[in-house]
Amino acid sequence: MIPDLGKYADAVLSAYAVSIALLVGIVALSLWRGRRVRAQMVEAEKRAGRNG
Amino acid sequence: MSLWEYANPVKFLGLSERVMPWLWGFAAACLGVGLIWGFFFTPDDFRQGSTVKIIYLHVPAAFMAIQAWFMMLVVSLIWIIRRHHVSALAAKAAAPVGVVMTLIALVTGAIWGQPMWGTWWAWDPRLTSFLILFLFYLGYIALWEAIEDPDTAADLTSILCLVGTVFAVLSRYAVNFWNQGLHQGASLSLDKEENVADVFYIPLLVCMAGFVLLFLALVFYRTGTEIRVRRTRALIAREGRGAAAQVEGA
Repeated sequence: MIPDLGKYADAVLSAYAVSIALLVGIVALSLWRGRRVRAQMVEAEKRAGRNG
Repeated sequence: MSLWEYANPVKFLGLSERVMPWLWGFAAACLGVGLIWGFFFTPDDFRQGSTVKIIYLHVPAAFMAIQAWFMMLVVSLIWIIRRHHVSALAAKAAAPVGVVMTLIALVTGAIWGQPMWGTWWAWDPRLTSFLILFLFYLGYIALWEAIEDPDTAADLTSILCLVGTVFAVLSRYAVNFWNQGLHQGASLSLDKEENVADVFYIPLLVCMAGFVLLFLALVFYRTGTEIRVRRTRALIAREGRGAAAQVEGA
């Protein structure tokens, strides 16, 4: 299925691997931090509600 | 309805909740279609062979690295002039995305340059200005992290953003300013004569749309996260003041 990349296969495949890893990394990191912060905010709001 | 209404964090969060599913969806679709089309269904270039397939990552990433900085410049100016907190937080949210785009452009450029130019790196005007832009991104993020007071951090990072804009402009126009170095001129231009062939051009446009949409989705999401961080800090500070008042009253 992979096209014949000839003598440049290493260059092309490594460019794709590094780029996709970086893109997936920034998306995953953003989502992970977003969820953590959202949970912390809900917790802080609950505490604020309890304390009036 | 005015655009400035979205300077209100609650309105901004409402807008981002509505648009983000579309942005994520279209970004994934454009990137999927563009990269698969470019990688599997385009021919090799008669001079560059299969390395031409790197264009679908290198050019959109380089384009977004510069546009991200300009977006940060615009929102930093809004912060300096109108003092809208959401704009300062949007600049902060965009910087790590800009770093990743710049890094992709630098790494894929080096990987592409090695077989084509015979070297991973050259102190060429465009490459050098891109490296300096990358360092500006790192400095910008470090400055946000180094200053505790968020308003002071927003002021100082906005000034740094204004200074760094010189290198964002140089990154874009270096090949026009200095007619030397290894890097060729722009791959995409309004002048059709200078563009790459259609067989590469259309999937490249789809990939560029994917990178733009992914950048927007990430900036909306990350700005929402920064707004929530700010609110959580305010709630915790209020809690602390309440506890201190109780201790004083006891």
